Amino acid sequence: MGATPGLSRRAFVFGSAAVAGGVAFGSYGRAEETPASPAPTNPLAADLGPDSVAFNPWVEISPDRITLIAQHADIGQGIGSIQPVMIAEELDLEFGQFEIRFAGPSPAYFNTGFAHELAPFMAADQSPEAEKARAVALESLRQSGLQMTGGSSAIPDTYEKLRVAGAVARETLKAAAASRSGVAVADIRTEAGHVILPDGTKIPYVALSAEAAKIPPVTDVKLRDPSQWRLIGKPMERLDTRAKVTGEIMFGIDRKMDGMVYAAVKLNPNKGQPIKSYDASKAQSMPGVRQILKLSNGVAVIATNSWYAMQAADLVECIWEPSKYPAEQAGHWDIVQSSFTPEFLAKQWRNDGDIDAGLKEGTLLEAEYRAPYVGHQPLEPLNGIGIVTDDGMEIWVGHQTPQSVQYIAANAIGMKPEQVTFHNEWSGGSFGHRLEFENVRALAEIANQLRGTPVKIVFSREQDFLQDIPRQIAMGRYRGSVKDGKIVAADVQVAATPPFKELLGRMGMPPKAPDGQLAVGIWNMYYDIPNYRAASFEVQGVSPSTTWRSVGASANGFFTESFIDELIHAAGLDPLQARIDMCKIPIYRKLLETVGEMADWKGPLGNGKGRGVAFVESFGTSVAEIVEVTMTDAGIKIDKVWVAADVGKVLDPINFENQVQGGVVWGLGHAMNCELTYANGAVQQTNYNHHEAMRMYQCPVIEVRGLENDYTVRGLGEPPVPPAAPALANAIFAATGKRIREMPFNKFIDFV
Amino acid sequence: MFDITVNGVKHQVDVVSEMPLLWVLRDELGITSPKYGCGIALCGACTVQVDGEAVRSCQARMADVAGKAVTTIEGVGNGKLHPVQEAWIEHQVAQCGYCQTGQMIQAISLLKTHPKPTDKDINEVMSGNLCRCGTYERIRVAIHAAAEKIGGE
Repeated sequence: MGATPGLSRRAFVFGSAAVAGGVAFGSYGRAEETPASPAPTNPLAADLGPDSVAFNPWVEISPDRITLIAQHADIGQGIGSIQPVMIAEELDLEFGQFEIRFAGPSPAYFNTGFAHELAPFMAADQSPEAEKARAVALESLRQSGLQMTGGSSAIPDTYEKLRVAGAVARETLKAAAASRSGVAVADIRTEAGHVILPDGTKIPYVALSAEAAKIPPVTDVKLRDPSQWRLIGKPMERLDTRAKVTGEIMFGIDRKMDGMVYAAVKLNPNKGQPIKSYDASKAQSMPGVRQILKLSNGVAVIATNSWYAMQAADLVECIWEPSKYPAEQAGHWDIVQSSFTPEFLAKQWRNDGDIDAGLKEGTLLEAEYRAPYVGHQPLEPLNGIGIVTDDGMEIWVGHQTPQSVQYIAANAIGMKPEQVTFHNEWSGGSFGHRLEFENVRALAEIANQLRGTPVKIVFSREQDFLQDIPRQIAMGRYRGSVKDGKIVAADVQVAATPPFKELLGRMGMPPKAPDGQLAVGIWNMYYDIPNYRAASFEVQGVSPSTTWRSVGASANGFFTESFIDELIHAAGLDPLQARIDMCKIPIYRKLLETVGEMADWKGPLGNGKGRGVAFVESFGTSVAEIVEVTMTDAGIKIDKVWVAADVGKVLDPINFENQVQGGVVWGLGHAMNCELTYANGAVQQTNYNHHEAMRMYQCPVIEVRGLENDYTVRGLGEPPVPPAAPALANAIFAATGKRIREMPFNKFIDFV
Repeated sequence: MFDITVNGVKHQVDVVSEMPLLWVLRDELGITSPKYGCGIALCGACTVQVDGEAVRSCQARMADVAGKAVTTIEGVGNGKLHPVQEAWIEHQVAQCGYCQTGQMIQAISLLKTHPKPTDKDINEVMSGNLCRCGTYERIRVAIHAAAEKIGGE
């Protein structure tokens, strides 16, 4: 298909060039003119032992072990498992024959998976113009060298390059065996970690490492056809499953070092502001306490144990510099509400047909929607271990952006990013939290004051909540019209803080372009509405915000799919059939039809039961969901959820199902039960009793089906989230006649 | 000085009597499978057995558990995998896995009192254990599977 006519070009997320931590973000325009930069050196080469070989940045073989490098951070999504599996598929390794190591920072690991998101074309667009834009975006990413886990990009990034990495290693090992044995490469094969000669002689890969190191890697490789795959696409046990069940897995918070001291912090809850003064007299005399240190935005207690440190930190009395944003929540909403003006217009993303004329036809509908600040709060609190010497800093912390850890830590202590050595860790969840730096900055400041001593920082849950940079706050003002059983017009306006733009700013590379995340869910809307306009407004001067699992779509998807439902209802149509009829993209139509078949959708249920449907594409992946609820005497009960998602290729079917189920729980739980609100400049919710999300008693059965109709492989960490909230709200409407236009829903209706 | 037995091994620790068992295990003894999540018994990630009972170790004062036998996930199977662990592997419950040691200890406790639990039983007992990744449905399925395993032994 060609570019969808009438769509305005989306601005590139990474607008202008900026430099951070030695990482240059090339601008899109410049990338078009600049020749490809030379391939970065292999980061594994520097630390390679004797007689060892690193075929590329992902495969290392020494005389005693095979190590596969995971460039993307594992935050629970399973990428720590599927990355080595993709290499093992082509390298003919079996489970148990290799070790996994997380990558250090290097431009060799730049994320190719953002190319689709950066190019201003719809996900389904395969036109030459779209592909050219993606190629240019890819070159811009190459120049940036940015290594980041996020945006559901890890699979699109690694799907080809890791299989190539495995194939290159395999062919090079075969070449080494050929030169040793004098047998032609064509007569040599590989199986289960061995090169096999025609006479049946088996040579373990590790026995060939020294010889393989002496020959240039064989890069002219052909990837196997998926029909030949042994591992990918088949049910498999995630490589981290067993260690997570035995308790052996080591998360960042579990690491220990000789001579280590424990640190807890009390930081200014007025985000971004310094400390004025403090009184540590009570804390000083607490058991286990060694020292109280002043930090730029708070204090740290150094103790012999994390609990001693946290107890004492609680007792430090601090005078904070007040917030620059409104102290009270109502003030934040006032600013959001007053941002729908030309002054704050970020971009008009679409303007199809004649919106003014369209809105004058038929019946006019108007609705206002709200999405509050929400916390990330992965169960493993922020932590890290760091040691600073006169030469530099070494840091162990679970993080999604290694180079930015270097940049932030170095800036905090007046060093250069290349002086910071970063080691990644298995993370106990993230949901966007481990893209930020509150723990990294504090740890660097503390370790810098205790040079030579390893410092372990653990945030108390309360500090973690208080320092959590939340999901964007957002408001939607929607107008539309229906006539003769058809939707004639929809005018979509969203005002929100720009989460990704703000994150990039903190990473030292502020973009000039409007935040593309605010377009998601309003720009990439696939229904055939003849008069359609969509614009975003950038809210300024409120709390900082950042990316939260599914980012812009988490709010916009709720607004848009709720409003579409309102229009469909006003037009007297069936919510599912109307969406199918209006959907312009055949594979997305198929997705809606599939979810309808799964749920056996036959229209209204009656008897206090209701079903709602929603469909959102985010990060290129389309997901359709149906939620069924029952209105009981005590409140709404969620009975069941059906989900159909199209990722082009399902690589790990069991983990696929688990991720979708988790995404739905995330989307539903926060829509029902969670918000962060400010009072006196600090968030009022400081533990899980105030920010409950979903517990098991509210969790429905979630039936999942993966489709493989998309033309390219897609990510799945986030896309199941956005349709969950609107599907639930639409189901509540079907069951009760009540429209809920603001999250969290429990402000308006009870759940059982 | 307090005496405490963890997974059959005796230890002596020198901490204040108010220190929660969680931090004794993690920071003093280096046994890290019980996790810190909330610190106030809201999440269940720190759940261990004390004399066979599932306990939130963030709320158990050292003075109150001194001399008692503590079992963490490493000790529940007596050198083998416990049927609950086997079911957790077969159904691949974990995503990030941070809450799962606490979930399994709680599930083992549930199965002692409810050898054939209904979904309602499971929901009631397991709702105190938070999972931010959203693995609840898989936990329910794994608990049913573990019940069958234990019942069949």
